[in-house]
Amino acid sequence: MSGSAEEVRKHIATYKKIAGALAVGTVVTVLASYLDVSVAIGITIALVIATTKASLVANYFMHLGEERSQWLMVSLGLTAVFWLVLMLVPLFTMSDNVGVHKTLPNANAAVHEAEEAH
Amino acid sequence: MEIPYTVAERPDTGLNNVKLGIWLFLASEVMLFGGLFSTYILLRVGAVEWPQGAEFLNIPIGTVNTVILIASSVTMVMAYASLKLGDFAKYKGYMLATVLLPVLFLCIKGYEYYEKVSHDHLPSHSTFLAIYWTMTALHGLHIIGGIVVNSYFWGPGSKMWHTKPAMFENRVEAAGLYWHFVDLVWIFLFPVLYLL
Repeated sequence: MSGSAEEVRKHIATYKKIAGALAVGTVVTVLASYLDVSVAIGITIALVIATTKASLVANYFMHLGEERSQWLMVSLGLTAVFWLVLMLVPLFTMSDNVGVHKTLPNANAAVHEAEEAH
Repeated sequence: MEIPYTVAERPDTGLNNVKLGIWLFLASEVMLFGGLFSTYILLRVGAVEWPQGAEFLNIPIGTVNTVILIASSVTMVMAYASLKLGDFAKYKGYMLATVLLPVLFLCIKGYEYYEKVSHDHLPSHSTFLAIYWTMTALHGLHIIGGIVVNSYFWGPGSKMWHTKPAMFENRVEAAGLYWHFVDLVWIFLFPVLYLL
């Protein structure tokens, strides 16, 4: 972060908005875990929300969006590529199961509890 | 001999050495935790049965800890912004919060660990608990490291502000980058371990 005091104050206003967005993202993450979806879709939803929150932290708190160094962009770009490969390799092992109805154990938990109560 | 480019940007990299160094370190950390996340996925998709996180873990406690770490990230960036505004008193306040919030996080985590141990839910109990202990304990070590560094910059290390303010700002920025990364890791750990 660089610039005048006025720019720093603008940054501070942005930090507060990002803090709110991260709090909302945390609640959404918890609520999304109760969706009635397959394991693969459930993991994908959780990782998409987590990646969105992470990108907010990286872009605004770590000021990655303001960096213009090519050295940094290339280094972090390579890191991101290899990280993605690391994540995708094990997921390929279950690619033939995508779409198969196998719900997360906590899906419809409230419904099951209500049925058991009867 | 004075170390060059601790404040000024290097012409070739476009960064000062402090920032380039911490980013390269964080890149290595991404691969360290990436390897463990990849291991988790491989174990998870290869298992015949896998417990839902809530069977062993307390989701409300995990949610509270997530909010605490996010709050500490906010206070960290506010501490740095306070330095940029030249407000040292505010910096000290925000940095103190940045130190105390993760201490609270560790206390809650310690309670969770105590619960696990008292129920004999040790790493040897199951593959899920083995990866849970490994990932959260490694993350916990990073939290402790961050607390030590941030405590130094809140306490004795903050004297540098009066003699070399630009260099001190750079140090706090580097410590902040590390701290936000620790927050980032938890943002992924929480849903992966507690919710899926």
